[in-house]
Formats: sequence, C-alpha cells, structure tokens
Amino acid sequence: MKNVEPFVSTTNACKLCTPLGAAVAFKGLEGCVPFLHGSQGCATYMRRYVISHFREPMDIASSSLGEKDAVYGGQANLMQGILNVITRYQARAVGIATTCLTETIGDDVPTILHEFRRDYLPGCSGPAPALIHVSTPSYGGSHMEGFHAAVRAMTEQLADPLAPRHEGINVFCGFVSPEDIRHLYDVFADFGLCAAILPDYSETLDAPALEDYQNIPGGGTSLDQVRNMPGARASIEFGRTIQGGRTAGTVLREMSGVRLISPGLPIGLRESDALFTALEELAQAGTPRRYVLERGQLLDAMVDGHKYVAGKKAVVYGEEDLVVGLVSFLSEIGIKPVLAASGGQSGRLSAAVAAVCTDLGEPPLVRDGVDFYDIVAEADALQPDLIVGNSKGYRELARARNIPLVRVGFPVHDRFGAQRILHLGYRGALRLYDEIVNALIAKKQDDSDVGYGYI
Amino acid sequence: MEPAIFEQRSSQIQRKGKEPFSIACNTSSLAGAVSQRACVFCGSRVVLYPIADALHLVHGPIGCAVYTWDIRGALSSGPELHRLSFSTDLREKDVIFGGEKKLYQALVELIDRHQPNAAFVYSTCIVGLIGDDLKAVCRKVAGEKGIPVIPVQSEGFKGNKREGYLAACQAMFELVGTGETADIPSPSVNILGDFNLAGEIWIIQDYLRRMGVEVVANITGDGRVADVRRAHGADLNLVQCSGATMDLARMMEDTYGTPWKRVSYFGIEDMSEALYDVARFFEAKDPRIMDRTRELVREELAALYPKLQGFRRDLQGRKAAVYVGGAFKAFSLIKCFRHLGMDVVMVGSQTGTQEDYQELAEITDEGTIIVDDTNPLELSAFIKEKDVDIFVGGVKERPIAFKLGVGFCDHNHERKEALEGFVGMYNFAREVHATVTSPVWRFTPRRAGSPLGAIASGAGAPCGPEPALEVAP
Repeated sequence: MKNVEPFVSTTNACKLCTPLGAAVAFKGLEGCVPFLHGSQGCATYMRRYVISHFREPMDIASSSLGEKDAVYGGQANLMQGILNVITRYQARAVGIATTCLTETIGDDVPTILHEFRRDYLPGCSGPAPALIHVSTPSYGGSHMEGFHAAVRAMTEQLADPLAPRHEGINVFCGFVSPEDIRHLYDVFADFGLCAAILPDYSETLDAPALEDYQNIPGGGTSLDQVRNMPGARASIEFGRTIQGGRTAGTVLREMSGVRLISPGLPIGLRESDALFTALEELAQAGTPRRYVLERGQLLDAMVDGHKYVAGKKAVVYGEEDLVVGLVSFLSEIGIKPVLAASGGQSGRLSAAVAAVCTDLGEPPLVRDGVDFYDIVAEADALQPDLIVGNSKGYRELARARNIPLVRVGFPVHDRFGAQRILHLGYRGALRLYDEIVNALIAKKQDDSDVGYGYI
Repeated sequence: MEPAIFEQRSSQIQRKGKEPFSIACNTSSLAGAVSQRACVFCGSRVVLYPIADALHLVHGPIGCAVYTWDIRGALSSGPELHRLSFSTDLREKDVIFGGEKKLYQALVELIDRHQPNAAFVYSTCIVGLIGDDLKAVCRKVAGEKGIPVIPVQSEGFKGNKREGYLAACQAMFELVGTGETADIPSPSVNILGDFNLAGEIWIIQDYLRRMGVEVVANITGDGRVADVRRAHGADLNLVQCSGATMDLARMMEDTYGTPWKRVSYFGIEDMSEALYDVARFFEAKDPRIMDRTRELVREELAALYPKLQGFRRDLQGRKAAVYVGGAFKAFSLIKCFRHLGMDVVMVGSQTGTQEDYQELAEITDEGTIIVDDTNPLELSAFIKEKDVDIFVGGVKERPIAFKLGVGFCDHNHERKEALEGFVGMYNFAREVHATVTSPVWRFTPRRAGSPLGAIASGAGAPCGPEPALEVAP
C-alpha cells in the first residue's frame, strides 16, 4: 500500500462547497426557491454547475452583498431579496443558506428572518411562505454536509410536532438522481406504502417541456408532507456514513418518537435487500412480484457476466455514501475495489466500507478528505482496470491512463441524461451492471487488433 | 408595454424608441432577482485563467476553486497547468487563526511540484474578511522561489465582474515590462481580450501572420508568462472584449506609450475592420501591408459568402435575442445576424457601460429591448414577448431558451466551436441554422400544445389525515 504524503494544497477537489448541497436539497421542496445569503458569485457559480448536470433551469437567488454590506451587515439585502423572491416568484418557501461571507461577518439570520416575518409577511397576499434557514459556511465541510443540513433544517423548521399519527413513511433519500427518486416512489407505492420523500427534485430538476415557462418548476415534496412527518409510522434514512450524526431522521425521532430505519444507500444486491426487507416488514407483505423478478434478473445477469468482470480492479470515488454503496456492489459481482476515495470527511467512511465488504475479500484502501491529485497518485500504484465515479475523474485519471470510466453520481458534465441515471434498487444495480460489463468489453474490443464482433 | 417585473430595475430595461435613449447600468445587482452575473473573483479568474504556464492558486474555501476548474474552453498549444484547480481549501480553524501559513505552505509545495513561470494568488471573500496579508506572503515566496508571485485582489463582494477585470489587469501589469524586448520585430502587436476558446486566437494569429504582423503576447488565450513580460515591446495593443483587458491597455499606454485599438473578431464586418485597422496602423512602416490585407479578406470572403447563402435562405426573417457578459460581443452579433437575414429584437449584457448601451441603441431597430443585468424571470418574459427563434447566451441562459421551445447558441466561454474570424462566422451560421431549423420545435408544447392535455401538479399528496393540516411555518 502506498502512503501519499498529506499535502497542504488541494488540487482538483473531489468535493463541492457546502451551500451547493443545500441549494439542491431546497430545490426538492415544492414551491421553494433556494436563496444564498452572500455575494452574487456564489449563486451564479453554483447555478452554472448544477445546470450543466441536470440541463434544467436552476434559479438560486442571492442577497448580492457588496462591500458596504460586508462591513455593516447584510440584513437589508437579505430582507429585500426574500421579499423579491416571494412577490416575483410567488415562492411558497424560501430556503436560505448562508455562505462563508455571511457566516464570517456574523449575520444573525434567524433574528433577521424573525424581523422579516414580523415586518413584511403581514403585507404579502396569500398564505405565508415558509422561510427555512440553514447555516452552510463553505469552510465547514463538503456539499454533502450542506445537503444533509438543509434536509434536517426543513424537518426541524417545518415539521409539526403535533401532527396526528398516520400510516405514511418518511424517506430521506440523500443526494440521488431524479430517476432514483422516481424509482423509490414506485417501490413504495407497489408495497402499498405512502412515502414522503425529502427532498424530491425528481420533477423540479427533470421537468417536462410545457406550454409556458415555469418560474418555479412543478413538483417537489409538499409543505404538508413535511409538516406531517412527525406523525409517520417510520422514517427511512439512507446512508451509512451519516449515522451517528444529527440528521432529519434523528430530529423526527426526538420530536415525536418516529421510528428511524437507517439502511445504506440501496446500491447493489445486499444493500437493496436491506431496503426491501425493511419494506416487507413495514408493509406486512411480501415484495411485489415486479421486484422479485428484478432481483432475479439482476442475479441472472451477475452470473451471465461474471467472467467479464472477474478479478478486475476498480477505483471508486465520490460522495461517501455513494462510494460505500458502489464498493458493496462491486464486491458482490467479483470486481475488486482497490480504492474507495472521497473528498468528504465524515470520519465514518472506513468503517462503513469495511462493513459492506465483510466476507467478500479484502476491503479497499479507503481515503477520505482527498482530492484528485491524491486519487491519481494512489491509482497509479494500484493499477485499476475500471473507474467508477463522476465526470471529474475523466481527464487526469481515466483518459490520461486509458482506463474506462463508468459515470455515476454528481456531477456528470460530459455525458447526456445524468438526471436519468438510475443507481438504486435491483433495477439500478442491473443498469449499473450492464454499464460496467460493457465498459470492460468495449475496452477489450478497442484495445484488440482483431476487431471482435462477438465477445 | 409590460410593466417591469422588478420595479427597482425598471430603469435598466429600455425599448428603443424615438426619444433619446437612456438606461441605468453599472449598479449592484438587485437582491433576490437572480442576476446572471458572477462576482469580482469570477472577473479576475476568467481573464487570467488561460495563462497556461502560470500557477493559479485560489486562496479560500473550496467552492471558488472547484467551480472554476477547467471550465473555459481556453486551449493551450503547450503547457496546461491552467487546467488544474488549485486551492488552499480553507477550513474553520484557518478562518479563525488566519490562512497565511497555509497559503505559504501551499504555494511552496505547488511551485516545487509544477515549476511554473509565475504564480497568481486569488483572494476570495473570506480572505478579504480575515485580513490575510496576501501581498506579504506572495513577496516572501517570490523571493524564495525566484518567480513572480502575484496577488490578485479579487474578493468576491468588492464590486462586480468589472472590478475583477481591473484586478486581473493590475496583476498582469506587474509582469509587463520585466522581459527582454530587443529581439521583437516590427510590425508587432499584442492580442488582448481573446481567450483562445476553441482555438480562436490561432485563427487571428494566422491572419496577422499572413499580413506580416508579429504577435508578441497573447493576453491571455494560449498565454505565457514570458510573453506578458515582454508585451511592452509590441507596437500596438489590439483590444477585444469591452471590459476585460481595456484597463491593461490603458496602463500600458500611460507607462510605455503603447497605443491600442478596440477590435472585434466576430462577424464579417468587424473581423475585416479589425484587420484593416491593423493594416492602416502599420501602413507607413510597411506600404504593402494593405494590399496583403485586402487580398486576405477577399480570399476569405470568397470562400465564406457562398456557404452563407444557403443558411440565409432558411433563416431570413427569423428573430434573435442576445444576452452576453460584455456588450462588445453584442455589437458584432447584431451585425452577424443581419448577414443571416435575421433581426435582434432583444439585447443585453451583464456588465455593459452607458457608452455600450448608447451604441447598442444606435445600431438596433426600433422596439428592440435593451437590458442591463437581467435575470431568468425577465429573460423568459422578453423571449415570449418578442417570440424569438433563437437565444444567444451562456450555459445559464440555455435552459431558459429550451424550456420556451426556442433555439440556442452558446456564445460564452464554455463553447467548443470557434466563432471568431471568417471561419467562425461560418461556424456561427451553421450553429444558428442547426438549432433554428430543428424539427423538435414543431412538437414542443408552446408551439404545438399537447394532445394529451395538461400535466397535473407533480407534488406528492401528503401522507396523513385528510384534509391536510394547516399549520403556520
């Protein structure tokens, strides 16, 4: 195992900044406009980054602070900005995330929002919009900390502790694709379970062509769904590396005793089994035929393809929980994950990776808090046959070393249809499996002089 | 005429009429309006980024560096250090205790690793607040490593993109004048404000070479530190891009007496005029240069015109909207569209000046919407009001056009098609034609409706008792 010296500088980061995650999460609440309290550039940069992945409008408002606001505080701009969003966008909710600038100058956003509610909201027509606030200094973590903090903030600030009991299930799905969210809704519905998935950007970030421009695209978790969450039978919160922290799921458990089920992100066979087993228990019914069939088809494919993938070595990088799920799946199919890397630094990646590799061979080298400079250096020592991760490993890692890259997660800036990549469940695993096998076949075919027409 | 969506912005939106034109601009963006603008840091970063053999270190938390990693299509014929993203990745403890030590260590580490010919150190919002002495750290490292280490004062909140341009020019001006100029032949020019997107600067260099003009420094597309250092040895600065490098041209004029000319390489007239301007400037020195230039333009146009005719037939009478960063590009685009038989009915920019907008008002037709620092709500309203066939902008504008069932041409820094020069006019026409004449618009709901009826609200029904609880947030 090669040990890379810890560097002071970061080269080609394998993470994004905290408010970006919050903005994406807020995009999954119905009628909500994400709002960054900071300088104008943050919002614009993140918009561009998110638009390039989803190919959808991504309006993020900004309080557009200038030099004098940095000295005297951003209160006036924040209030005016929120008012503009409420009146011009007809926003039913505004998700306000702070930035390095406003965290450092020490703006007291909860107090400003309190004053805003007192002074401005009575003058607005219609039902009072929800104002949700989350603290997301960029220096406080990665985009995943921002994402989870925004989901937690939505539950903390919108959920009604007195909501009556109901049969629904809260689902905190993590940073997955719109296709994943749609698939989850189908799964729950087929079990006869009513799911409130937060956040649900399956339509807001993968919207249909319509007759008119939507200032705020339709779809999203409704405010009522979030309000009623404390009355649910259970919450399911994906992600092994967020366990132990304060999350939306733990908030609801504390608030009204909602049972919390915490499986890993359901990627691959066993992590999907864990979800479906939990659903069988919740529904008091067997898994619907459709999914039993999909599971069988996945296993059939794993058998059909096992010789193409046997013994191949893979480097996996991205968000920590995505990495855990991918490592789990790769281990199941006979690929040897040799490096599990993330720019995130929850401190839980190593244990989570080890847990999903039990009985399936040596766990990979785990590196958290790393950048692509580190990942490339490790990869050079490990000589992988396959890379699984987002677009950002393309040039320095995959292309420079002529190793196929299977694109998953976020961002996918160099392929089409990123919003429709399915990662979750048996069907997601099957799709991923096809891609992996085909990437390895294509590599063998392209590298060969023979021009194989059968492989 | 529709009332302005944001009352506070009504003076930044004008429709060209008979009365004298006046517009408000160069103001702070309105909070909550979702401006398409970025920040001071962005201005500096886009200008300096293409200098390919320099180290570009962003001093701040990770976001500013990661969102600007390899995003411009600025090509290099040699080193590609600019395509890597370097950051000090400041954490909470650095914000509390200061980031100078980390900056010093990061600089030393990266300079040792990459051996750049200079280093630019970008200041971000946070650095402006915690008060790191960027200059002192840069001076120290420069002394130790023997290369220029230049602070770029680009704290995001200290103005808009224009201040960022100025900070970048000030940084480059520290290099200018430090290189050897004895071997620079005449006639010679520097190319300012061309970022070699999709290899565009190579097209312009080729034209200049055919005219017999040497290029000393590319500022900054395919740029090199050594070239910038000797840029003061050139006879003339050619300045494209209204805001980005004008400050540098003025500084060089004041200090070294280098004259400058404003040019644009987009479209037939502006491209030809740029070359003729250069020829006229050097005519006294090289009497044959005008002949060579005429010959060049004739050759290029003879190849281009027949190819444009087919496009024009299909595009005649179609309408375009243009929203760009700097207004200079808009002037050229209006002329480009006229060559294709099309009208620009809405035009705007993020950072245009009073003079820019006056000029736009002069060259546009009556009724044209002219707008400063607009936003998605206004843009979507303008596109519908004018019922355009194509929208020219950048990545953030693209989904607005597409959601409205309107064609789109990326004229921003991520483009992969060369749009400068005569060949660029062909590429532009081809791209406009491809998008405007696509069959998909015949099926998009805004023009074709939907045979299946409207899509009902997609928000999930609440799990829980009916009716849903009404609880104040």
